[in-house]
Amino acid sequence: MIEIFSATNKLRFIALAIALVALISLPFWVSGIYYINVGSQILFFAVFALGLNILVGYAGLVSLGHAGLFGISAYATAYMLQQGFGHTTAVAVALVIGLASMALFAVLSLRSSGIGFIMITLALGQILWGLAYRWISVTDGDNGIPVRGRPAPFGYSLTDPVNFYYASLIIFIVAVAMVFIFVRSPFGAALMGTRDQPRRMNALGYHVWMIRFYACLFSGLLTAVSGILFVYYTNFISPQTLALTSSAEVLLMVISGGPGTLLGPIVGATLVVVIKTVVSGFIERWNFLLGAIFVAIVILVPEGIVPGSIRLWRLIVRKRAAAPPAPAATTERTP
Amino acid sequence: MNFWIVLTVNSVTFGGLLFLLASGFSLIFGLMRIPNLTHGSLFMLGAYIGGSVVIGLFGFKMNFWLAAVLASLTVAALGALIERFLLRQLPGDQLAQVLVTLGISFMAADFCLMVWGGDPMSVATPQGLGGFARVGGAVFPLYRLAIIAIAVVVAIALWMLLDRTRLGAMIRAGVDDPDMARVVGIRVSQLFTIVFALGAGLAAFAGIIGGPILSVYPGLDQDMLPLALLVVIIGGAGSLLGSFVGSILVGFIYNFGQALLPELAYFVLFLPMLLVLLLRPQGLFGRHVP
Amino acid sequence: MSALTISGLNKSFGGLHVTRGVDLDVQPGERRLIIGPNGAGKTTLFNLITGELTPDTGSVSLFGQDITKTPSRDRPHLGMARTYQIITLFGKDTIIHNVRLALLGLSPMRWNPWTNLRRDDRFTEAGHKALARVGLSHIADRPLSQTSYGERRRVEIAMALAQEPKVLLLDEPFAGLSIDERRDVHKCLMAIPRDVTIVMIEHNMDVALEFAERITLLHFGEVIVEGNRAEVVNDPRTREVYLGH
Repeated sequence: MIEIFSATNKLRFIALAIALVALISLPFWVSGIYYINVGSQILFFAVFALGLNILVGYAGLVSLGHAGLFGISAYATAYMLQQGFGHTTAVAVALVIGLASMALFAVLSLRSSGIGFIMITLALGQILWGLAYRWISVTDGDNGIPVRGRPAPFGYSLTDPVNFYYASLIIFIVAVAMVFIFVRSPFGAALMGTRDQPRRMNALGYHVWMIRFYACLFSGLLTAVSGILFVYYTNFISPQTLALTSSAEVLLMVISGGPGTLLGPIVGATLVVVIKTVVSGFIERWNFLLGAIFVAIVILVPEGIVPGSIRLWRLIVRKRAAAPPAPAATTERTP
Repeated sequence: MNFWIVLTVNSVTFGGLLFLLASGFSLIFGLMRIPNLTHGSLFMLGAYIGGSVVIGLFGFKMNFWLAAVLASLTVAALGALIERFLLRQLPGDQLAQVLVTLGISFMAADFCLMVWGGDPMSVATPQGLGGFARVGGAVFPLYRLAIIAIAVVVAIALWMLLDRTRLGAMIRAGVDDPDMARVVGIRVSQLFTIVFALGAGLAAFAGIIGGPILSVYPGLDQDMLPLALLVVIIGGAGSLLGSFVGSILVGFIYNFGQALLPELAYFVLFLPMLLVLLLRPQGLFGRHVP
Repeated sequence: MSALTISGLNKSFGGLHVTRGVDLDVQPGERRLIIGPNGAGKTTLFNLITGELTPDTGSVSLFGQDITKTPSRDRPHLGMARTYQIITLFGKDTIIHNVRLALLGLSPMRWNPWTNLRRDDRFTEAGHKALARVGLSHIADRPLSQTSYGERRRVEIAMALAQEPKVLLLDEPFAGLSIDERRDVHKCLMAIPRDVTIVMIEHNMDVALEFAERITLLHFGEVIVEGNRAEVVNDPRTREVYLGH
């Protein structure tokens, strides 16, 4: 199931500790604000991807409208700040609007699953994009809304890139912990059941629609949080953030890393942000590459990088352990 | 008074264009069970290729209508290639196929940007159709009337194709039940290629025909794709009649919305979709919930 | 009071009338066999009883309570469990996890998003108990992908039993099994205590005959014959349906 590391718990714990130490110490061994900012981006996009993965990976519902939800929270934050409200109010309103939009998305799109769900979320995402683009009296259209200043919780001003990095890190760790606990929980098991056998789950007494609805809300929460972090990071929000391209980018993070795994979206977010950052130094346009990676991943590594490499690793380990080669006595059968 | 008449003609014209775009989208959806997310890109490619030939960008010039045929055939061939060499790699895996079409749409958008740049390209109205027709007190641009006529002709041709020919019978069988079609010996895979190419060609044709009234610009693909999606959600997947009614409906809402509620036009556009989803999820003329 | 009462049940798909005025009355603790040739509408009848299909007319009652309008997902909570003819299990998971999901379906715990399900001994113990009833508790942790067809049938039954149903609906539990496997399944079914009412569909009469007390013969969606074993077997209409005259 959700085994991130194939070896023992001890090994898992060591890996986790190393990862934590590396993340916490990053500002000390990375030279320059630029790279710390890349780090922050990876962190909040990873939160976004973790949120989408709740639906794509664990519920089996592929959304192509998540950039709209991400963007509406960002817009709500920027709009409230522009209207002169404080950071706390702005963030609270943004969370409520993000969750309410997700609930509305869910009510409309959960009437179907599979391909129907993709189409409807795509259309709904486009509505939000259209509103951002056209509802000029609120959003200022293509010009977007600038955000002045970042909050300073407990006196730590997030204007400092290092502080912002740590704030993102804390939220990232909380998000990872939430997903980790969620996936092992009874509700998480029920959700994965509805992904694999919805009809059977219904016959076993589960309310499939409601389970999916709650999963949408959880996904919407992480999406809204990452949208708020995003708008504080860039200090600006424009319709481009809500475009289909952005929905596709976060979906690429999930499916390239490995949907339905905890580590997958994190690896995927790192990959996409790094490629995007590196590539933008050389070529002007990233879309061609985005499309090409998409096609390549879907055709060549459909299960994603994380499960793909785990499979490879197990193959190597098993080969080593099995030397001298035992007679083919495997009773494994593929269903 | 005149304002409303012009608005109505514009709505029907736009509806006709949408029908050319969405009928192929709907057929592909009905047969292969996937929304072809490259459909907007194929529309844009058709517009760019056709427009370039009309203005002689590639060193040779052609009459508008010849250019339209050339662009449609080129894009139809491209569609066949996409189906044969990419979608065919993922038989039965609809989710993966949708994602592949999404990926291709980004590549196509960037490709157009590389070749044609960021400035909009305007395409002249074909010769002889630049004028106006006077009916009573109202004035109608000839070209818009021509688009309506073309859409009607294509609709009839498609209907004849589906209703009267062997190919059409096979397509209908495939839309109704792909497994059954396979059992009775229809080579479904070949059918997929044909329908995909047909849909691509129609989209490209819509693109070039629409060029003189919409102009051609980066982002045209992402403007058109959701409209095709909308038509199919409203009309029902795989239904020609659904595409027709849906296209005209969306054409009206789009134009009236733009004129009366410019800020919320895009939102208003999707309202009928929300109603259909809540009240009749399979679409007005559809048989299955997608 | 009857365990399961069905009256005047009708269902059509388009022009196809697949269930025609079916009445059924099953007493508590009874073993009822529903037989009939392919296409007799047996599985449709089950789907109507469990609520996965909505009848056009007629009613279904469970221990005197009218459940015709009760959503299918609520019926397991009222004591109705079923198995599927086409095995419908969670193929990526272990046997014990499949049973756990069956147990969880009836527990308020299913909404709990923070505890660790695998570490919850109540579910693991109850799961093992259910698996023991079908003789599979020794391979509980085996992934489903590494089990035989016969074992999967028994997992289906274990999942239904785990829900401690009052009425158990078995849809062709012997379908596709070898003779040995049939014997295993038969043993499991015979061991089910009498406080569980069982309705079983079987296509093949011989297999399940000795198990049933009362038999209902369904043909083209209609009840043709009903009675005890001897009555149904000896009825000329049964021969007609089965020998095809």
